[in-house]
Amino acid sequence: MNYQERIRLDWTAVGLWLFLVLFGWMNIYSATYNEATAAIFNFDTYHGKQLVWIGAALLVAVVIILTEPRIFSNGAYLIYGLIVLLLVLTLFIATVTKGASSWIDLGPFRLQPSEFAKFATALAVSKYMSGIGVDWKQNSTKWACAILIGIPMMLVLLQHDMGSALVFLAFVFPLYREGLSGGILLVGVAAIALFVLALLINKFILIGALVVVAGLYLFVWLNKRTTRDWWQTIGVLACCVVFIFSVDFVFNHMLEAHQRTRIEVLLGKTEDLRGAGYNVHQSKIAIGSGGVAGKGFLKGTVTKADFVPEQHTDFIFCTVGEEYGWIGCVVLLIAYSWLLQRLIIMAERQRSTFARFYGYCVASIFFIHLLVNVGMVIGLVPVIGIPLPFFSYGGSSLLAFTIMLFIFIRQDASKNQLL
Amino acid sequence: MTDKYSGRSRVVRIIFIVVGVLFAGRLAMLQLFDSKYKKLADQQALRDVTQYPSRGFIYDRNGKLLVHNEAVYDLMVIPRMVKDLDTDYFCRCVGMTREDFDERIQKARKYSTYSASPFMKQISKEEYARFENKMYRFKGFYISQRTLRIYDRPIAAQVLGYVGEVDNADLKRDAYYKRGDYIGKSGLEKSYEDVLRGVKGTKKMHVDVHSRTIGSYQGGRYDTLPVEGANLYTTLDADLQQYAEELMANKRGCVVALEPATGEVLAMVSAPCYDPNLLVGRVRGENYGKLNSDKAKPLLNRALMGQYPPGSIFKVAQSMVALDLGVIGPGAGFVCDKSLVGCHNHPSATSVREAIKMSCNPYFYQVYKRVIQQGKHKSIYKDSQYGLTVWHDYMLRFGFGQRLAIDLPRNGVMSGNIPDTGYYNRWYGKERWAFSTIYSNSIGQGEVTVVPIQMANLAAIVANRGYYITPHVVKGYGPDTLQREGVGERHETGIRKEYFDIAADGMYDVVHVAGGTARRARVEGLDVCGKTGTAENFGNDHSVFICFAPKNNPRIAMAVYVENAQGGGGTWAAPIAGLIVERYLNGEVKRKAEETYYREVEPCQKLPLSRRVKKRK
Repeated sequence: MNYQERIRLDWTAVGLWLFLVLFGWMNIYSATYNEATAAIFNFDTYHGKQLVWIGAALLVAVVIILTEPRIFSNGAYLIYGLIVLLLVLTLFIATVTKGASSWIDLGPFRLQPSEFAKFATALAVSKYMSGIGVDWKQNSTKWACAILIGIPMMLVLLQHDMGSALVFLAFVFPLYREGLSGGILLVGVAAIALFVLALLINKFILIGALVVVAGLYLFVWLNKRTTRDWWQTIGVLACCVVFIFSVDFVFNHMLEAHQRTRIEVLLGKTEDLRGAGYNVHQSKIAIGSGGVAGKGFLKGTVTKADFVPEQHTDFIFCTVGEEYGWIGCVVLLIAYSWLLQRLIIMAERQRSTFARFYGYCVASIFFIHLLVNVGMVIGLVPVIGIPLPFFSYGGSSLLAFTIMLFIFIRQDASKNQLL
Repeated sequence: MTDKYSGRSRVVRIIFIVVGVLFAGRLAMLQLFDSKYKKLADQQALRDVTQYPSRGFIYDRNGKLLVHNEAVYDLMVIPRMVKDLDTDYFCRCVGMTREDFDERIQKARKYSTYSASPFMKQISKEEYARFENKMYRFKGFYISQRTLRIYDRPIAAQVLGYVGEVDNADLKRDAYYKRGDYIGKSGLEKSYEDVLRGVKGTKKMHVDVHSRTIGSYQGGRYDTLPVEGANLYTTLDADLQQYAEELMANKRGCVVALEPATGEVLAMVSAPCYDPNLLVGRVRGENYGKLNSDKAKPLLNRALMGQYPPGSIFKVAQSMVALDLGVIGPGAGFVCDKSLVGCHNHPSATSVREAIKMSCNPYFYQVYKRVIQQGKHKSIYKDSQYGLTVWHDYMLRFGFGQRLAIDLPRNGVMSGNIPDTGYYNRWYGKERWAFSTIYSNSIGQGEVTVVPIQMANLAAIVANRGYYITPHVVKGYGPDTLQREGVGERHETGIRKEYFDIAADGMYDVVHVAGGTARRARVEGLDVCGKTGTAENFGNDHSVFICFAPKNNPRIAMAVYVENAQGGGGTWAAPIAGLIVERYLNGEVKRKAEETYYREVEPCQKLPLSRRVKKRK
């Protein structure tokens, strides 16, 4: 029996992938447009090179579709192990670019192993979680996941690539789906909120406000108060107070100077328009000047004139904002949201834990990228350099994201067969 | 497949949706409700690029180019864009030391790593040519072009003036100027600024982050074209000017040569001179400091700013006044009585003509006495007051005691001093002074001071036999050789031509007749008419000479003033004037030995040599 006849590709996901890749390419073309090198097949330009990467990505996608899907679950640990080795190797032979040593020079092009570490880790954790008798409630499971995620994350951190390391936080979502306490999401959100508030307002006022909230909780929200409620509330409050007073220390001693200024710029505490605040200020100008419908393809003045640094990579969203306006941005956000929703729906219809967990991983990693990248460009998140999936210029990220997505699409295509 | 936690998929999906909606809202804030960014984008991506017109050229009376422009280049840098730079190679190409490079790049970084700042200013075309074809290797550096004044012949510096960046006063006075613009600071550059500068144009351009233009906005629909500056056609004779400057080398003083019939300035020299190229470009600041603090004051145009006692040349004017008043006749004779005022040894003069020739001090003491004490009042005080008023009025008609309306900056022209009654009343009190108090004026000493251009003008008045045309330096400007209003205005002295003939005869004798004081001004074949002066002052006497030639239909009238020369007008000023006249009227000077002598000799103490300042390039 020819199994190829039975694979049913999810054309919605494939279509969205194609749309994002091509729209992304158009924006790279526009962002780096130069009359002298406008020919589409000029392979010295960014758009020309990206065209090669798109071709490669297409090829890889087809190859993955034609592959037996079991290979990925069976080979998950192998792939993971190889990528971890590559990450270790990178630490020793990397060429340093913009402070990060995450690139391996391969002659005509450069490879960024951390991009590939994302799907490799996703495969490994999925594989582990799909093991017979593995249950999140067991401590061994928690430790195993922490180690599987922690190793590549630490290696990426050692490469001074803060952005890529942050992406590994995406695993909170699939783990949450598999039983991780929802409290951790709340704690995360609360920690970020407290961190920002502690930097912005007087610490004693903040603590006073928290005490008031705690009082309202105890006396208004709860009808009956047990001793346990008291201790819980006081415990949480104490943790908050310790956290608030540790913020200064973390901020001043654990963060690097450029990270500190980026946060200060974001919070409006400093306005260094020529230095740290330059990128975001320029990208806001580019996006803001786009208006409702934008200036049109190749008509952008801010992005076209090199005012926005990294405009074809991390700041590619500016070009969309300037040339296609609010409508264009919303269309792009809808495309991404649609893809994310589609991936969750697909994940939920999987019969294997492996495929479901992996689907959640894919969606979550895309989500974190979207959150950090677009958030940074529009000034909601401090500047952290990670690419916009399928959109930003770069071979490693395009290939890695495509592999990541298509492994899942392939799993989904023969979900019925696997049982 | 459903399991215990499948409900959580909804939570995840809601989180994803919420972030998407939040972003859309934030984008709406930026793009739909805040117009600030649109304005900012226009400001930085659309720039009004000023189109600087080329400043007008300046020519001499024969169409020889005196001042033109030269392209220079500013090397700009955007520190952030500097990549893969081979610093040593760069330093070698541009021609700077490694330390210099580090210092400059540090300064640029300090200003901004994202914005352009000048790395090296005003690089000459030759210097730029050395690394122009290597610029592609220096990422982050680019070139921006400016123009500078250039002077092929280093002459007439004080007349031409110099150009510099506008100051706060300029900006306040005229909204045309923007910070960083250039403006004429002195000389013709200043007085004809509005003609020379042209009109700036603006182009709306798309510019990139390097301030490089990358195309015009809407096909140039909103552009205005610059209007090129008009050329100035001056009355100066470049060859004569250069020759006179050479003769005045190693001296302090000045030369003013006029064409009497037209009032055109043929040459205006103020010594010590300086090379006008010194006040251009990168070296300007440093050189300006040096020139400005030089005790010999090379920046000062002595021809217009120097107020000197005229000495004996003043006697020509005195005799004309006396003759016109009728207080003496042409044949009046006075004994050379040295008890009144000192004099040199000569026979007593028996006529005005002879008196001018011999420059007899007692003679003019008597003449001035008759002008001041005309016997109209019994009181000698009142009589002197009346006489001085009449005399003062005459002096003004000679162009003395007032700023001549020459077409150079008004604040660069002095009036000299012709004392009037008010002046002495302030000094001595009303009716507390009489002729005996002021007699020094008779021989051009005392309270009288005169500006060299006025001395040359006096020569022109005698040359014209009674009138002068206000001296001017510009014949016309622009393609239609337009003229400033008031240039070429004729002023009458109101004194009869016959009297001036007598003065001309006397001045002829000064140069040509035995007993004349300026035989060294004689030029073979030319009838030069002149009058010497030896102006006493606190230091060595100034040597003065005015002359015109030829005697009939004169083509040149001039004044030569040599400060603190050890010798009278006949020793220094007269021979120099003779050489200049010969050069102008004959086209060449035959007396090479004299020429060399006056070129090289230093009449007084060694001067602080302003020519020793650093040369450009």
